[in-house]
Amino acid sequence: MATVRSDLLYQDEIDGGKHWSFTLRRGTVLRLIDREGGANVGMLFYNPANLLERYNAPDTLKCQHTFKLTAGHCLYSDMGRVFCSIVEDTAGWHDTVCGNSTKSMVAERWGRRSYQEYRNGWTQNGHDSFLVEGAKYGLGRRDLAANVNWFSKVRTERDGTLVFDPESTRAGARVDLRFDMDTLVLFHTCPHPMNPAAEYPRKPVAYELYRGDPAAADDPCRTGRPENGRGFANNHLYHLCG
Amino acid sequence: MTKKSTLSPETAGYRKTVPAGDYWMHVVKAGQVFRIVDLEGNQAADTLFYSAADPAERYSAVDTIREQRNVYLGVGTRLMSTAGNPMLEIVADTVGRHDTLGGACSTESNTVRYALEKKCMHACRDSYLLAVAEHEEFGLTKRDITHNINFFMNVPVTPEGGLTFADGVSGPGQYVEMRACMDVIVLISNCPQLNNPCNAYDPTPIEVVVWDAAA
Ligand SMILES: [Zn+2]
Repeated sequence: MATVRSDLLYQDEIDGGKHWSFTLRRGTVLRLIDREGGANVGMLFYNPANLLERYNAPDTLKCQHTFKLTAGHCLYSDMGRVFCSIVEDTAGWHDTVCGNSTKSMVAERWGRRSYQEYRNGWTQNGHDSFLVEGAKYGLGRRDLAANVNWFSKVRTERDGTLVFDPESTRAGARVDLRFDMDTLVLFHTCPHPMNPAAEYPRKPVAYELYRGDPAAADDPCRTGRPENGRGFANNHLYHLCG
Repeated sequence: MTKKSTLSPETAGYRKTVPAGDYWMHVVKAGQVFRIVDLEGNQAADTLFYSAADPAERYSAVDTIREQRNVYLGVGTRLMSTAGNPMLEIVADTVGRHDTLGGACSTESNTVRYALEKKCMHACRDSYLLAVAEHEEFGLTKRDITHNINFFMNVPVTPEGGLTFADGVSGPGQYVEMRACMDVIVLISNCPQLNNPCNAYDPTPIEVVVWDAAA
């Protein structure tokens, strides 16, 4: 893909059930890799220059007439701008409507393993992970929104019933996000809230940062839909003003 | 599935008509029954709920969808909070399907969905922002404007992962009714959208009705 240049800036791996955050500059490409298959990465996005601007799942879905996220899709803020776009995706379906695991949900399904007893083998949950990472930037409960669940596939039956696909991604599946604005990224590797696994799924996720190019005039994420062309026009206006 | 209510508007303790483009912000107490009537048909009532005791706990579209394992709202749906508590339960519904995926319109999303020049057309988020500014007693700001319910909207999802905006399944006089499980602040923007064929480009009034717990 033309948007990813060869220069790898950084690589790291995060175990399952952990959380982290960083601010990515416009133009950076974040590659997420499901190392073993069956991983989940919960993710939220904010504008570091105005934390009131945040990822908006409803706008992302309705602007692109889609229920799933995959290559070609843009991830919108509530201000009509594109935080990042999915320039490559070998998984094919990512969820953004099922939310997050919580302490009580994890305890009910997989038992409660405290830090006192298990140290880093405890069973952390997505909700608390976002609260911890968000608080580093002054964000709290009121700032949490519907998150993305990378590598998790949840489809619907005709009547709207949700179906979680436990084998949605295979080992080595990856998704590349090109950041079209400076973006604060909060993420965790806790299980998807609908994961039916018998044991707490502790799946490691690798991530890599590349220096990418800004979206060209003929970029497929920009030209795939007229809506996205207008989203990029809003980004252009935003960057004109500094 | 549809289910008629046994309650009569004549016995209600509160009734109010909300014109298109206006908001309605009101506390509904635990046990009270709250009805929204689509007076002229195919209107969208964009609705948010907050716990009156702790407004940081509020309606969560994703928790509601996941806990009932279905993307559509209807009779029997429990509207869940961000803390995992049921806030209200839909007890009657003559429409059969309501949306909570599509979110509210905003001036900014109108630029993306319709045209950059549409940015100054009145939108639901403007109504929400005016409501929280005019009701400082609740302590809410833009931080608290989150993913809402679109009562009377029909937004079908396909098994392949598509999402469409279909013509409404509502009609004049249709209604949805819910019982509050906790004291809730209700914030409705009666959608002013002039760009969407779902309402035939004609936003219309709704009526809100509240019955006391004993009714
Ligand atoms: Zn609206």
